[in-house]
Amino acid sequence: MSARPIATTRSTSGMPTGRLAVWWVIASEIVIFGGILGSYVMFRLSHDAFATQAAHTNTWIGAFNTLVLLTSSLFAVLGHKAADQGDGPKAARMLYLTSLGGIIFLLVKFGYEWPTEIHHGFTISSHPFWSFYYTAAGIHAAHVLAGVVIMLIIAPMARRSLELHRVELIGVYWHFVDVVWIFLFPLLYIAK
Amino acid sequence: MAQHAHAHDAAEEYAEGGHDTHHGNYVRIWAILCVLLVVSVAGPFFGHPLVTLVTAFGIAVVKAYMVAKHFMHITVAPRFVAYLVGTCLAFMLLFFAGTAPDVMRLYGTNWKKPSLIQADAAYESEHHEAAH
Amino acid sequence: MATAPVRHDEVHGGHGHVEEGWFRRYFYSTDHKMIAMQYMFTGMAMALIGGFFAYTFRMQIAFPGIDVPGFGTVSPNEYNRLITNHGAIMIFWVAMPVLLAAFGNFLIPLMLGCDDMVFPRINRLSYQIFLLSALILIAAFFVPGGAFAGAWTMYPPLSAKAEYGLAPLGATLFVLAVALEFVAFLLGGINFVTTTMNSRAPGMRMYDIPMAVWMIVIASILFMASVGPLIAGAVMLLFDQNIGTAFFNPDKGGDPILWQHLFWFFGHPEVYVVLLPVVGIVAEIITVFSRKKMFAYRTVLYTAFGTGVLSFMVWAHHQFIAGIDPRMANIFTITTLLISIPIAEMMFVYIATLYGGSITLATPMLWALSFIATFLIGGVTGIFLGASGADIYLHDTYFVLAHFHYTFFPIAIIGTYAGVTFWFPKMFGRMMNERLGKIHFWGTIIAFNCIFIPLFVLGAAGEHRRIFDYSMFPELMRPELRAMDKFATISLLVMLGFQPLFIFNFFYSLFKGPKAGKNPWQANTLEWTAESPPPHGNWPELPRVYRGPYEYSVPGREQDYWPQNAPN
Repeated sequence: MSARPIATTRSTSGMPTGRLAVWWVIASEIVIFGGILGSYVMFRLSHDAFATQAAHTNTWIGAFNTLVLLTSSLFAVLGHKAADQGDGPKAARMLYLTSLGGIIFLLVKFGYEWPTEIHHGFTISSHPFWSFYYTAAGIHAAHVLAGVVIMLIIAPMARRSLELHRVELIGVYWHFVDVVWIFLFPLLYIAK
Repeated sequence: MAQHAHAHDAAEEYAEGGHDTHHGNYVRIWAILCVLLVVSVAGPFFGHPLVTLVTAFGIAVVKAYMVAKHFMHITVAPRFVAYLVGTCLAFMLLFFAGTAPDVMRLYGTNWKKPSLIQADAAYESEHHEAAH
Repeated sequence: MATAPVRHDEVHGGHGHVEEGWFRRYFYSTDHKMIAMQYMFTGMAMALIGGFFAYTFRMQIAFPGIDVPGFGTVSPNEYNRLITNHGAIMIFWVAMPVLLAAFGNFLIPLMLGCDDMVFPRINRLSYQIFLLSALILIAAFFVPGGAFAGAWTMYPPLSAKAEYGLAPLGATLFVLAVALEFVAFLLGGINFVTTTMNSRAPGMRMYDIPMAVWMIVIASILFMASVGPLIAGAVMLLFDQNIGTAFFNPDKGGDPILWQHLFWFFGHPEVYVVLLPVVGIVAEIITVFSRKKMFAYRTVLYTAFGTGVLSFMVWAHHQFIAGIDPRMANIFTITTLLISIPIAEMMFVYIATLYGGSITLATPMLWALSFIATFLIGGVTGIFLGASGADIYLHDTYFVLAHFHYTFFPIAIIGTYAGVTFWFPKMFGRMMNERLGKIHFWGTIIAFNCIFIPLFVLGAAGEHRRIFDYSMFPELMRPELRAMDKFATISLLVMLGFQPLFIFNFFYSLFKGPKAGKNPWQANTLEWTAESPPPHGNWPELPRVYRGPYEYSVPGREQDYWPQNAPN
């Protein structure tokens, strides 16, 4: 059990400290993703030639990955519900299922989607569209990976009913990662 | 002295099982999100650019709102959270508005972007040919 | 009396009684005060490096071709390297760590009446990442090709293409160092904001929060909301540099102007990120040393909020002659001129605070007053630059340089000295020497003005900045004004010559200064009720607050100050 300062236990704002902090993290992440996606939109809208390249993304894989992330978000919030009810083992199970979704997402992307595209010559340096595609999806994937790692740290503790409030916190972060993908999907896969 | 009143932090609340956030039916929300996903993938098949726009991005906005409301409980959290998120989104629009006039142009008073002008011309002629 | 169960850690200030080893205490601490010291000393060490660079390149400008004592002759590329790293170091590795991280970490829990930041281990992690970023920046000097030499603004293609920049590895390390520094401050900022929102002492309402805390928190929020696009941009630049992507490379379909917008969208709020903490520090000092309530606390607070929001709408004034859309230049001129109003208003409110006060010219007060005076000059000269028409002439001249040094120097140097001389007794439990402090002050301030006023004249006359040696560009300088360059450089030498006084004063007082009590300045805010220096956990029992922080000279009271935690 970590020695927690009294400061951490106060909640003058009406929100527990952890949840407040996660929302501030999300706020700062919105502007990071906003920067790269905004730049992408500017390029995409102003150059018709991008459409030729964009046609080569695989919409079905993108849709599958979207489904995977949506489902993992469901598990994350079910984990939150379990934690609220004090059911540590169930919350842990939900977190493991959520991280499984994240791992499937990463495997599909890095194990099949990107290697296929690279094999066809659509490397990151071949065209500005692909520069944005790999970079934006890559930054997102890094956030997916970070989320999975953190979940795998929180889940064992939750199973022993320790630090249950953290289940909700990583859930909120995970939903944000899902929301970013909800916008990445049409931007990179549907807008052709 | 007054610390006693603040002795319950979130960790303890959870341990005591006394925390509740009014959970709804999450599976139902998930099902709706999946249906919306199907619609957004089907949109381009209608062939009409406006339909694609609405189904792709309109639905994205709806899905994002649903995740924020039902999964992230943003409507239950203190109001400032929604203001914070809204402000950051507004800043991104501001960034776009201030940058797009430069980045989205291919030529200006004393400058042009030759490689892009060329790429666009090539694209135009390709499609012009295809149309014939 | 206490029948409800009390948590063991509440009574004992939140921590166990573990004796910490030397390493744990100084290098691996989670205590906010120790982390503050780590940031402060690292920042001051980097200031020595940044100052040395300034000395070297000023010697080159004033005496072209000279064998600079302590460095050697300065080649054109080395000159560019020196000015690039001077700028980056002073902003990212001196101003931010000292003003935001050090003062923020030290003051926020103490002024709010809690025992530490809400996330002590993330706090420690933020310093570790910051230290790593500083080491990476310095490492760039020792790699093949040397450190980056393409200006602190890193514009591509100069910063992206190896054949232009001549320092491919150095350029990558520079961008990486900046990106890591941003991550460190994002982590730190989360702590500051969350602690202030959640962990205030019982009884401390929003308007009872000291201005120093408010300003540091607003600065942290500004940073967190503005740095995102540049973090994205830094990743894009790193990729352009190393794996041939096409974000900013015009040959491949990219746009260099995109980088400029990504950079300055953050770059402009950044100057307010470093300004606001000093505005807060100065508020604390002038109220204490004029024994007067702050004039219009809420106005200053709302003005700071407004400045923060407006600061997001002015960024392209750094790009007026870069080829941006002239209609946008119109808009940015208007917003830029508008933003001078709230900031000037804050300065005038401070003057109103001083008016009628019982003023003591102790060393911290001298620094605080000189901040107001010199920053006003800096701000006023910004108005010329904010008008795009005038900027066409003034851009890239020494006028710009003098303007931003008349703003940054008050912020980074005067603000630091003000804060350090004021809180030294609390941080270290001893008093600094007043006489040495005053001599150091006058030597620094007079010399500072002698450095930069000539640069305004030179800039207005058309002398260009970032030029190593005007022999190749005779049209960009004024031969009849060369004496001013020499005068400025000699003034710099004089100013640098006075700094050892501070260093000596600091370290001597640290060990041999007279012991300070809890509240040598008789101030109201909560940090002055803790021991000097405060122990782990700050107070044995955390305080409760009954009033605002600026109740000085309240009529009808015997004492001219009224601490926040004194019961009614």
